[in-house]
Amino acid sequence: MSTIVSLPDQATARVPKRNYLTNENGILSWLLTGDHKRIAILYLISITFFFFIGGALAGLIRLELLTPQSDLMSSDTYNKVFTMHGVIMVFLFLVPSVPATLGNFLIPIMIGAKDLAFPKINLLSWYLYLVGGGMALGAMITGGVDTGWTFTTPMSTHFSNTNVVTTGLAIFVAGFSSIFTGLNFIVTIHRMRAPGMTWFKLPLFCWSHYAASILMVLGTPVLAITLVLVVLERTIGIGVFDPTKGGDPILFQHLFWFYSHPAVYIMILPGMGVISEVISTFSRKRVFGYTAVAFSSVAIAVFGFFVWAHHMFIMGVSNYAVLVFSLLTMLVAVPSAIKIFNWAFTLYKGSITFETPMLYAFGFMGLFTIGGMTGVFLGSAGTDIHLTETYFIVAHFHFVMVGGMLMAFLSGVHFWWPKMTGRMYPEKISQLAAVVTFIGFNLTFFPQFLLGMLGMPRRYAAYPPEFQVLNVFSTAGASVLGVGYLLPMIYLIWSLKYGKVAGNNPWQATGLEWQIQSPPLTENFTTIPIVTQDVYDYEWLERQKEHEVTHVG
Amino acid sequence: MSDSHAVAAANAGHIAGQIGEHSDGHEDHPAYLRHHFVSLEQQNETASFGMWLFLLTEIMFFGGLFTAYLIYRNWYYPAFVAGSHTLNIFEGSLNTLVLISSSFTMAMGVWCAETKRQKGLVWSLIATLILGLGFLGIKADEYHEKYVLHHIPGSTFSSQGFIHPSEEALKSGEKPLAADMAAKTEVYFSLYFAMTGMHALHMIIGIVLLCGMLWKATRGAYMDGNISFVENFGLYWHFVDIVWIFLFPLLYLISRHQ
Repeated sequence: MSTIVSLPDQATARVPKRNYLTNENGILSWLLTGDHKRIAILYLISITFFFFIGGALAGLIRLELLTPQSDLMSSDTYNKVFTMHGVIMVFLFLVPSVPATLGNFLIPIMIGAKDLAFPKINLLSWYLYLVGGGMALGAMITGGVDTGWTFTTPMSTHFSNTNVVTTGLAIFVAGFSSIFTGLNFIVTIHRMRAPGMTWFKLPLFCWSHYAASILMVLGTPVLAITLVLVVLERTIGIGVFDPTKGGDPILFQHLFWFYSHPAVYIMILPGMGVISEVISTFSRKRVFGYTAVAFSSVAIAVFGFFVWAHHMFIMGVSNYAVLVFSLLTMLVAVPSAIKIFNWAFTLYKGSITFETPMLYAFGFMGLFTIGGMTGVFLGSAGTDIHLTETYFIVAHFHFVMVGGMLMAFLSGVHFWWPKMTGRMYPEKISQLAAVVTFIGFNLTFFPQFLLGMLGMPRRYAAYPPEFQVLNVFSTAGASVLGVGYLLPMIYLIWSLKYGKVAGNNPWQATGLEWQIQSPPLTENFTTIPIVTQDVYDYEWLERQKEHEVTHVG
Repeated sequence: MSDSHAVAAANAGHIAGQIGEHSDGHEDHPAYLRHHFVSLEQQNETASFGMWLFLLTEIMFFGGLFTAYLIYRNWYYPAFVAGSHTLNIFEGSLNTLVLISSSFTMAMGVWCAETKRQKGLVWSLIATLILGLGFLGIKADEYHEKYVLHHIPGSTFSSQGFIHPSEEALKSGEKPLAADMAAKTEVYFSLYFAMTGMHALHMIIGIVLLCGMLWKATRGAYMDGNISFVENFGLYWHFVDIVWIFLFPLLYLISRHQ
């Protein structure tokens, strides 16, 4: 199979001695760093930690659902397990996953800057994330929380005896880490671009992060105040959401989903940015319809704010509201489809190669499309009433979040691994891992669509015996999926020492990040670049190489 | 220069595009220019842009509360009117005056920093601090009044005063509320405490920052032209002031004559 990978001669090549990893030594140089690349690495380690905790909880859920009875754990414990799985995966893994790691690492380099606009706030955001994560873990260890990650009132304010306050405050704190990340990105992209780096020369990775940052900055504060009100309701007994005092639990839903629907775009948009970069690089073509893809990110961000009530079709909102929100929900499908079609056209007549990041990207395109289209089922008011609160909805959002976002995350981690570490991951085994993940994923979640159609409700530890066959498939798939996630963990760590030396630009990619050494210097660029080439300009790259050769001659 | 040549040599990569004129000229810039900015102008613009964006998040934060207020005021209009009448209009107005004055002294502080008048800056900040603390003091007295009247939501809340208003209140035109509507005053006071409480929390955070700034100002900081902290703190302080400018009419005034 053809490949575009071009590595330096392994006999002589070495990872550059002076880089951001070796610039300073000692634990304090990491804990007090202002370097966006080091903070990205800190984030990468922390979110991986939480991912495996969330994943272990998912394993427990699937194990319990292997049999129709609730035998592994009591129903109460089961409630806590799926709640903590949701809280950890949503707030501590998916929301920061790509932005805080890859975005943090790459955005300044991609736009030709030495760092993010506010390095100290960037570090603060990591500490807030740790405090939030620590509180969530603390709440889990000291009894857990059982409201579901949605904290639905009056369950969360009146009927739950678990650690709602601690978990709520944990999310409040982690939310500020997300606000600061978003704020940093917006200001950086506006104010720190290198000379010549105009808006329409920005890589699409930056555009999608810009759109996601708008959502972080405008949405997260609403979640923050909502959680504050829930906490005040539990501790002091104010009556904003309490129906016995005249408050309205539906108002909680409105405020919560006003953040939490845009939050799904916070999670998916950065992933879409990764896919744009990967698809372009491995088909050797400029992204088809660059402007349309760029604006579709912004359109997703804008529309994303006006669809929240589709989470509440069965919760007593008025029929007219249902009509309007159903229509608006359909609108979001348009920019998402624009992206999928443009990626497909980018592939058309491209010179496609199948390195690991591309395999994950293909996984993303297929699974995200299924996830997105089943979202249209749920956005249609009629079918929603049948399908919501069943396993159909669980399958839908796992297709988008795990099949889409996690694939994009792994795609991005593999794609930029040589840039972050200076070394290549082992190609064959990682291709295997990508395929295993894809198979495991489909085996886990496709049966859940069927279960949902048949009417199996979500969030119960027990179910009628006729659903068992499909649940066994799902649990079997989950164990395959687990292997698919453990493999990268192992070989990526292995590659830190034994991987091949990557050189500056193993993929022959066009982004500014590939034109500097790997791993980069602390200051990224020795001199700030002046950008004359277009974005995804492979001809320019070819010319650069010829130029280089004449120099050597 | 020799150092930066070494850096260039260590960087095996080639830089995208043409390599620009080497013009980083550290010598021309003051020490407070951070390494990742090209110019002081860029640094200041960035800081102020970031601050405005942060204030936008604050608007969204308070926005949730304003939404709740809007909805419940429409639903429980008589309860909101009656609740509003029990607020201490004198202390509320006085606090508005105090806060606007503090915004003025803060603006004076920024001006003094711009024109490098250290004494002026220090005294402006002291005045702002005193006015800010004064606001919190008056607010605390109002909260105490609510405590005495059992208007604090929670287990001690009582709506009896709205079902059976005092002689005095009846004389001034207050109408007794039916028991179910009177109970809804708890929603009004929940929002009153949530909104003014969040506002007061922002005041407290502001005062903490103000103390730090004051301490630095007395030691001669901000006199070298590096005043973006003073300016951005000023923006924050004015923002907190503006939140109150919305809270005061919504909670105290618009139901005054109904």
